[in-house]
Amino acid sequence: MQKKISNLPFKGTAEQEKRLKEVIETYRDDPSRLMTVMQEAQEIYGYLPIEVQKMIADGMNIPLEKVYGVATFYAQFSLSPKGKYNIGVCLGTACYVKGSGDIFNKISEKLGIGADECTEDGKFSLVATRCIGACGLAPVMTVNEDVYGKITVDDIDKILEKYND
Amino acid sequence: MENMVNVKINGIAVSVPKGSTILEAARAAGVEIPTLCYLKEINEIGACRICVVEATGARGLVAACVFPVAEGMEVRTNTPAIQKARKTTLELILSMHDKRCLSCVRSQDCELQKLCHDLGVEYTGRFEGYTPKYEIDESAPHLVRDNNKCILCRRCVAVCNQQYVSVIGANDRGIHTHIGTPFEKPLDEVPCISCGQCTVVCPTAALVEKDDTDKVWEALADPTKHVVVQAAPSIRVTLGECFGMPIGTNVEGKMAAALRRLGFDKVFDTNFSADMTIVEEATEFIERVKNNGVLPMITSCSPGWVKFAELYYPELLDNLSTCKSPQQMMGAIIKTYYAKKNNIDPKDIVSVSVMPCTAKKFEIGREHESAAGVPDVDIAITTRELARMIKMAGIDFVNLPDEDFDNPLSDDTGAAVIFGATGGVMEAALRTANDLLTGKDNDAIEFKEVRGTAGLKEAVYNIAGMEVKVAVASGAENANYVMSRIKDGTADWHFVEIMGCPGGCINGGGQPLQPASVRNFTDIKALRSKALYDQDASMAIRKSHKSPAVKAIYEEFFGEYGSHKAHEILHTKYTARPKYK
Repeated sequence: MQKKISNLPFKGTAEQEKRLKEVIETYRDDPSRLMTVMQEAQEIYGYLPIEVQKMIADGMNIPLEKVYGVATFYAQFSLSPKGKYNIGVCLGTACYVKGSGDIFNKISEKLGIGADECTEDGKFSLVATRCIGACGLAPVMTVNEDVYGKITVDDIDKILEKYND
Repeated sequence: MENMVNVKINGIAVSVPKGSTILEAARAAGVEIPTLCYLKEINEIGACRICVVEATGARGLVAACVFPVAEGMEVRTNTPAIQKARKTTLELILSMHDKRCLSCVRSQDCELQKLCHDLGVEYTGRFEGYTPKYEIDESAPHLVRDNNKCILCRRCVAVCNQQYVSVIGANDRGIHTHIGTPFEKPLDEVPCISCGQCTVVCPTAALVEKDDTDKVWEALADPTKHVVVQAAPSIRVTLGECFGMPIGTNVEGKMAAALRRLGFDKVFDTNFSADMTIVEEATEFIERVKNNGVLPMITSCSPGWVKFAELYYPELLDNLSTCKSPQQMMGAIIKTYYAKKNNIDPKDIVSVSVMPCTAKKFEIGREHESAAGVPDVDIAITTRELARMIKMAGIDFVNLPDEDFDNPLSDDTGAAVIFGATGGVMEAALRTANDLLTGKDNDAIEFKEVRGTAGLKEAVYNIAGMEVKVAVASGAENANYVMSRIKDGTADWHFVEIMGCPGGCINGGGQPLQPASVRNFTDIKALRSKALYDQDASMAIRKSHKSPAVKAIYEEFFGEYGSHKAHEILHTKYTARPKYK
């Protein structure tokens, strides 16, 4: 899929920037460590918005387009922030034949966001995951570390209500 | 000979240097292998699989463009299996390609079209599937990016990387892979220097100059407008290529004739203002040396280079000569001196330039380039666009008589002619600076150390008892090297010439397209620049300050070199630009 670029405002903190600069400082002379730096940056910020990719590009003296090319090539990198609650809906084969596609669509409709997007209030983000290895519970969705198995479309409202803080 | 390798290409024995590719060996045997993504010294990635051949000792088909020959190797380049593989590859490429060739600007010089024709591809649509629709990016003044015509050969990515800036690259993956900018920004919001080298290497019409010929036709048809044109030094040695003439043919006279037949009211030669640039620039250099000004002084004729400096080295803009480029000087002189002399309101003049360059389209819209209160130049077209106009007008270019440019803004010298090649501006400036500083007519005319198509040249000259260290760089990568040396304080040059494109204007982003089949085996830069140096050598006057037209305009209008009036009309200012908007 073509990666979705979030237009939510960047909310990076000085503390996060300090941490990223330390990472860049460690690897700045070795362009082959670009991915390492990007992985660490995603750990720090949760995603790789243009502000973060620019810091990496400038710090490592690599054109921004090259950083962006890597960010969009690998599935592990995200251009959208994760919400306070990151919802994963498994679209692996077992879950899919058990109807997880409908579950994904229902959540998407309810929250008004598509795959790899985050609600404007920063509360929920939605990811279509590959098989998470819980096929016995198919169809499966996760909210952060919580796992919900054998769910139906009608369970969605109840599950999301738990995360209303 | 131990450094030679003996191979057979389709049964033809040939001996080639060790390390040669199959493609090169085949060429030596008189066998042409079709290629698509391969562009010598720019894109050597063996990705497109059009040049596949059978070679003994290799498993399966190999890419001839990058596969090295070995002793005793036997190569087959045209078996049924190879033909089938090539055709299938082309069909797959076509399945995602916008195939509206009839109305495509690259029709008849499209490398994909030619391959499909030459290899007899029958398009059945059997691979038709996902066909993404990409938005066409027309945001920049100099070029149009249409990914629907892109075949992902990556020549543009490679050349943009060689030009240091890398503003385009491959984004996303698999079937979604496309050539794009960071965060899919429009091209005018990323640090593109407008050099247009990508348009020169693109095999299709995915990257083309923004066509401004309609604006020119409109002006020519408007009886209330006085439409004048100027043609840059390098156009005369490249334009002929668009009409099938050999690379390096000088068509100065035919070009003037063609411009007149297109209906321009006056046909001027940018060579005149190139000479003006030299006297102003040499004067500025001497002043900087005498008054402890900022050194090294760097030439400012190439708008791709100037934009590069503004984007990437804003802290060093004081090093750039304040002289406008020859295009802008000519434009400014036309709308001030010429307009006044002929009693024409500058607002009624449409000033057109024919340039080897796509960045000139950006330059005409720059700040501080409106000496008469209106833009110095209104429309900048490339060599390719001029050829398009000549063809549309039905002018039989090859059989045109030789004609002269219109005076007074056309007299030129050998110094102006060589502006079109890397090192030419430096040599021209040295000829004039030497005379101005010594106060005599020196015999030293040829400064050969700064000639040639190398990307970086350095020399030391003794000028009027002073040791002058010079450097000449072409291509943005070399520009970056020079600037990084100046920035870190390790450079001791006094005078530097920089051109944005490798080889200078003769290889500019607006110059005629030559397909990879020619570029891979021909030194185009050398052939084109030789034509310029030949013309220089044949001219009676070879120093800018000796030009009668230059002398006359200073006596009549500007006064001294570098006068207040000259500064108001012929000089400019530079602006630090943010890389990303």
